[in-house]
Parts: sequence; C-alpha cells; structure tokens
Amino acid sequence: MELSKSTRAATGTALSLRGVSKRFGAVQALSAIDLDVAKGEVVALVGDNGAGKSTLVKIISGVYQPDDGTMTLDGREVVVGGPRQAQKLGIATVFQDLALCDNLDVVANLFLGRERTAGGLLLDEVHMEQEAWRLLRRLSAKIPSVRIPIAALSGGQRQTVAIARSLVGDPGIVILDEPTAALGVAQTAEVLSLVGRLRETGLGVILVSHNMADVLAVADRIEVLRLGRNAARFDAADVTTEQLVAAITGAGERSAPSTTVPSDSPAGARP
Amino acid sequence: MTVAADLADERLVRSRGARGALDVVWNRLRGGDLGSLPVVVGLIVICTVFYSLDPRFLSSFSMVNILTYAAPVGIIALGIVLVLLLGEIDLSVGSVSGMAAAIMAVLVVKEGQPAFVGLLAGIAVGAVVGIAYAFLYTVLGIPSFVFSLGGLLGFQGVLLYVLGSDGTINLPDGSGLTEFARFSFVSGAAAYVGVAIVVALYVASRLWTIRQRRAADLSAPSLLGVGLKALALAAGLGWLTWYLGVDRGWSYSFLLFAALVVVMDLALRRTRWGRHVFAVGGNEEAARRSGVKVTRIYVSVFVLTSTLAALGGLLAAGQQTSVSQATGTTDTNLTAIAAAVIGGTSLFGGRGSAYAAMLGIIVLQAIQSGLNIVGVDSSVRFMVTGGVLLLAVAIDSVARRARSASGRG
Repeated sequence: MELSKSTRAATGTALSLRGVSKRFGAVQALSAIDLDVAKGEVVALVGDNGAGKSTLVKIISGVYQPDDGTMTLDGREVVVGGPRQAQKLGIATVFQDLALCDNLDVVANLFLGRERTAGGLLLDEVHMEQEAWRLLRRLSAKIPSVRIPIAALSGGQRQTVAIARSLVGDPGIVILDEPTAALGVAQTAEVLSLVGRLRETGLGVILVSHNMADVLAVADRIEVLRLGRNAARFDAADVTTEQLVAAITGAGERSAPSTTVPSDSPAGARP
Repeated sequence: MTVAADLADERLVRSRGARGALDVVWNRLRGGDLGSLPVVVGLIVICTVFYSLDPRFLSSFSMVNILTYAAPVGIIALGIVLVLLLGEIDLSVGSVSGMAAAIMAVLVVKEGQPAFVGLLAGIAVGAVVGIAYAFLYTVLGIPSFVFSLGGLLGFQGVLLYVLGSDGTINLPDGSGLTEFARFSFVSGAAAYVGVAIVVALYVASRLWTIRQRRAADLSAPSLLGVGLKALALAAGLGWLTWYLGVDRGWSYSFLLFAALVVVMDLALRRTRWGRHVFAVGGNEEAARRSGVKVTRIYVSVFVLTSTLAALGGLLAAGQQTSVSQATGTTDTNLTAIAAAVIGGTSLFGGRGSAYAAMLGIIVLQAIQSGLNIVGVDSSVRFMVTGGVLLLAVAIDSVARRARSASGRG
C-alpha cells in the first residue's frame, strides 16, 4: 500500500474549529476544542472512550449544536443547524454502524435521499447506475455488481459503499467514524487505501479510530482528545505508538506536565 | 468483444442464453428469494383440487365471480401491503371500510345527497383516519398495532352509530355505484383492444429501457427475452379475455383494482417515494440519516392505507347493494391482511410488492368460491383460510432464513 503521507502540500484549510464547547447537564463533554483539517489531509481523531470524539463528530456533522466556539469552512464562518444543512455545506459523515439499507441494492443505497429523476417523477435508474460505476471506479472499489442487495456484500465492501455514498454530494470534508472496526485484515487494508485515495482527490478527511496501527498507517496528523480537551497533537511521521498511548491515557502527565506537543500544523496557535 | 460496464468484474458469474436464465432463477430460489412462486404453486394446487371435486369451479361464470368479488378486499389488501412494507400493521382496515360505506349510504339514501358527495365523503373519512393514525404514530409514538386495534373497535362503533336503529341501508336499485361495482363488464372487441394496448405499453417500456441502457454502455435485457415475455403476456391475457368473455367478461371492479395495483407497483419501484418506503422499511435510521423525510413517508402510507380501505368498503357496498351492521366486520380485516402476506409481502418490513395483494386475494377468493361450490360450511372456510395464512407466514420465515444464509437480506 503506497501512501503519499505528508508529502502533499496542503492547499488551504478546509475546516477549522476554535474553542468549541458542549455541555450535557452536569457533564462538560467538550471544552474549548480546536481542530484544523486542510484540503488533501487526513487528520486522525483519537482518544479513550468518553474522550469526546463522538460528540465532536456529531457537532461537525450537525447532529448537536455547540454551546460555544466557531466553525470555519473554506474560510467562511458557518453555523451547522442540522444534518441536512451539514450535507449541503459539504460535510459528509460515514457513521460507524454504516447506515445502509440491507434490502436495497448498491445503486439505491448510494443515491438514497438524493435520487436522480427523469422528468421529475420516475427514477433515472440508468443515469444513477452509470454514476455509481464512475464513483466506485474513482475509489478503485471492488464491488462485483451494483444491482445486488447490500446484504450480499462483505463488511469491507459495505464500508466501501458507505464511503462512496458520502462522495455523492461532492463534499469538501469527509468524517469517517471507526471505519475499520469489525473488519478483517485484508478488508482493513482495503479501507485504509480507500482513505488514501480520498486524500488524493483533495478532500479533508477526519478519521476517528481506536486502532493505533491504522491511524499511523494513513493519517497525516493526529489529534488526541482526553476528557473533552485537546490533549496532544502529533505529526504522524514522527510519533510512536507508545507516545500516542501515553497521550490518550494521560500516563505521562505527572512526569511531564505539558503533554501538548505542538506540531507544525496551522493549528499550532491556540486562541 | 466489449463487455458492458456493469458486467466487467471477473467474479461475476456469466449467465448467457436460456441455460443461463434458468440458472439465475434456480439460484434465486435456492437463496430464499421466492418471489411469487409459492402463491402461483398454491393457486395451481387449489385449482386442481377444486376442479377434481367439481368441474364448475373453473367455469367462466365462476372465474368472473372470483375476479369480481376479489376486487374490494383486494383494494384493502393493497393498502395493507404498504403498511407491511414499513414493518407496521393496520388492523382496522375492515372497520374503516365499513364506516366509510355506512357514511356514504346514510348521506346518499337518508340525507338525499348526490352520489358523488357520498363517495367523496366516504373516501375523505378514510383519509382523515389515516392522518389521525400518522399523528398517533409519528408524534405520540404509539405502536401501530395498538392504535389500529383501538380503531378496529372504535370505527365498528361508529358504523353502528351511523346506521342507527335500522341496522341496514339498501342502496337504491340502479344506483351508479351498484351498476359499476356489480353489473359492468368489458368483453369482446373492447377487451381485446385493451389487451393489445397493455402489451404494446409493456413492449414499448422494455424497448426504451434497452435503448437507454445500451446508450449508457450498461448490460441490457435481450430482445428475444422481451419478445418471449410479451408473447406470453399477450397469450395469457388474450386467453383470459376470451374465457371470461364466454360469460360476462372483465368486471369494472376488477379492472379498477388491477389499475390501482399497476399504478402502485410503478410508484413503489420507480419513484422516489417508493424507494423511500422500502428504505424506511429496511432500515429507518439509515433512511433518516440519508435525508429521507421519514415522517412524511409514514404519513403518506397511513393515509393511503386508510383511503384504500375506504375505497374498498365503498366498492363492497356497491357489490352487496346494501350496508349493514356486519359490513366490514367479521373477516374483512384478516382476509385483507392474509391476502397481503400470502401474496408474498414480508411481515418483517422492506420486502413485498403491489402484485402480492392481487395474487393473495385471488388465492383466498378462489378458496372461498371453491368451498362454496363444493358446498362446505363457512366454519371450514375459516379453518382453511387460517391454515393457508399460517403456511404463507411459515414460508416467509423459512425463506428469510435462507436469504440471510445466502446474503440476500
């Protein structure tokens, strides 16, 4: 698997969060989170359970509204009012449980909610099928037929369909929530190379994962969350698994009070 | 030789020619994708058994009756197919059909309103019930089983209340509804012209599909296959037209039902709405996240189900020429639900077709008519219908297991 890690020059910031906070009752789920994603960059979001990864993803994808903080998309400050609006703004999310309809075929799933019609009433199946093949080829995806129900596909193929679907609306940012959870070795490799191809097409990719090997294999930068705060920030090229684990668990905190390792990313400056 | 874009993957098993087509069918069946095969087999068994008991069962007269009297409950079953596709149920369709018929009869016969006012009022009542159900389901979150059980009792009460002390209202002799539902038939030249139009439309739509797919560099159905299917369709419909024409011909009731089935089938398979109905039935959460307006789908389906139930009730009233306290009660509910399930609509949601309603109701009507001709008591009819329903659900459950084993969902 040949991945052009960190050799690509970022061509501008796709998404940037500043001071995002979210509180659920007595629980401060996120406090003053900063996050930057450049075009053509894969940013991994790691952290232990309850670190706030899911909350942050849901805020970006419009499921939750932040209590505080700003979100900038392509240099414009935006407020994401809901999932549909996030889609319109070009933020696509692939959820962990995939959210595919097992009883529908690949084409129907790819275009669900965005069906093309001919003459406004009847579905334009031919056009959609053509478009589906174009999309899957762009990802070099190995799907034997787009007219078989999702139930007949393997886990990796389903993940591929889910990722391909996120590209139908031509987004600028793709959020992948645990894309390799519950996948076999070969399928994981397939999905990771898919993530690489997303980067090559100039998308900003946010990858949420528990798997350090996956993160190190495909990410350009790694953002560590712990207890709802930015705990550390690494360049994937010069970090070890041990350093990552230490940052996630907070193990090194007592010996070295500042675990925040500023990287050379544009997010280096905190407000 | 160039390969169409959708057949390029080397893992795809090529299936060419007649042998290939047979292989495809066989693999589908083995994988638990039974489609309408069990119903067709069942229908053949039923016909053979009753024909051997009494040859009058397959007479033109008997077949015209089966198709004509299948229509009202068939229309109700069409609505049931829709709720079942969402994985929900409506137990009150019988009561709604009776209530709509009673309101129509009271308005027309007792209040002296014009017929179309009565018919519109009846259909509107169905739509209002559907809106109320949609509210209970989507806003209050009550399970459809519960509120439709309430509707089953409540609307039967409305039927009794509206009819008042008389108990039975006879529709006037020669009223338009009765004429349409019971005494209007198409046969002879007009019927053959209709068959020709249906076959021509089928061929035209298939040819258009072939042209479109070839232009898009996708695999297309073979011309020979389309020709053979068109020939089979023409022969089948032509023979039926001739055989029914020996008696009275195609009844308006059945043609209305058939037209509704064809339109519903088109809406389910070829429109955005239908795609969304299947999506919500398959995985509601996935549909919602994909931007499907799930609430709208539920509202549209509950309204359509109750409206079709009301329409079926009006047609039934026309055929019986009266509305009584028993209209739409007893077995209308369960016959309609049984028809949808026997026709191959899954109780688990997301699987089924509009044609299920037609096949299912013809099976049940054939059983009823056969038992009548043989002269069996209605007690036996209930038992047989119950047994057939159980068989249909058993087939559905076993097929479902085979599907998940072979990856067909």
